[in-house]
Amino acid sequence: MRTLVLAVPGWPGHLAGQHVDVRLTADDGYQAERSYSIASAPSANDRLALTVERLDDGEVSPYLAGELRIGDTLELRGPIGGYFVWDIAMGGPLLLVAGGSGICPLMAMLRLRQSAGGTVPTRLLYSSRSLEDVIYRDELDALAAMGSSLEVIHTLTREQPPGWEGFHRRIDAAMLSAVGWPPTDRPLIFVCGPTPLVESVADALVNLGHEPARIKTERFGPTGG
Amino acid sequence: MSEQQFHLDGNAAGGLLQEVFVHDITDARGACAACGAVGEMGAQHLYMFPLAPGAVLRCAACEGVLMVVVHAGGRFRLGLRGLAWLEMKETPGSS
Repeated sequence: MRTLVLAVPGWPGHLAGQHVDVRLTADDGYQAERSYSIASAPSANDRLALTVERLDDGEVSPYLAGELRIGDTLELRGPIGGYFVWDIAMGGPLLLVAGGSGICPLMAMLRLRQSAGGTVPTRLLYSSRSLEDVIYRDELDALAAMGSSLEVIHTLTREQPPGWEGFHRRIDAAMLSAVGWPPTDRPLIFVCGPTPLVESVADALVNLGHEPARIKTERFGPTGG
Repeated sequence: MSEQQFHLDGNAAGGLLQEVFVHDITDARGACAACGAVGEMGAQHLYMFPLAPGAVLRCAACEGVLMVVVHAGGRFRLGLRGLAWLEMKETPGSS
């Protein structure tokens, strides 16, 4: 896992939840393109943060996560997407559900929320394999410690540290019911992660009585890193 | 892995579609010609494999093909017979 901070001259600004397409071109003209969520909050400057998970058999991520050096240039297309986005004006309460690196676009939302005073009631349910696999762990701890309007709930599915009292199973309906907002609160819900997690969480949320139109999903499929 | 697990959200085709349409259309609404379901393009099912020259957007309700986009040989070809209509905002990103 590596976070890249890119300076993009003339960047028009972005919304929390949007992504960019990164295109690499080899010397022989061969091109590969992948989408990465923007993890930084919208801001006035021309910097973007992308967090890239290295997939060993990928074509793009090993280069971005391993070989890219300060000063190198990249070809970007974006910002992209007007669907999986959240802005302060959309309000809350917010339920954010992440699996693994699915935290990235949700992190942009949490950072935007914080920059606007951190008052939108928000709960983040975040599934990771182990505590070491939790991305942005220190920042999430710090954000949650700032006030009572943000709760961060982890579930560690493979390995738990000694004394762990939190969840230690995959996200299911009972967990969503226990930590999420009741459907009568009409939360805005964003779910991002691997396809099977997104499918099962979205189905469970609808079965719990949440309005499908208020559930937005973004799947990370086998598109090959 | 089941076929269902291969699909992404239409949102992931936003970059490709932005090359064709003037606006971002992931928040444009469309109606499925097969079942009549109405939804945002970003919420439909996208089948787009690495290195594939194209993308297929299927209806999240009935899996009917809504849109086929092929980018090859210096051209874009759009197949739209599965969409009854497509509605775009004058100002992208507004709600």
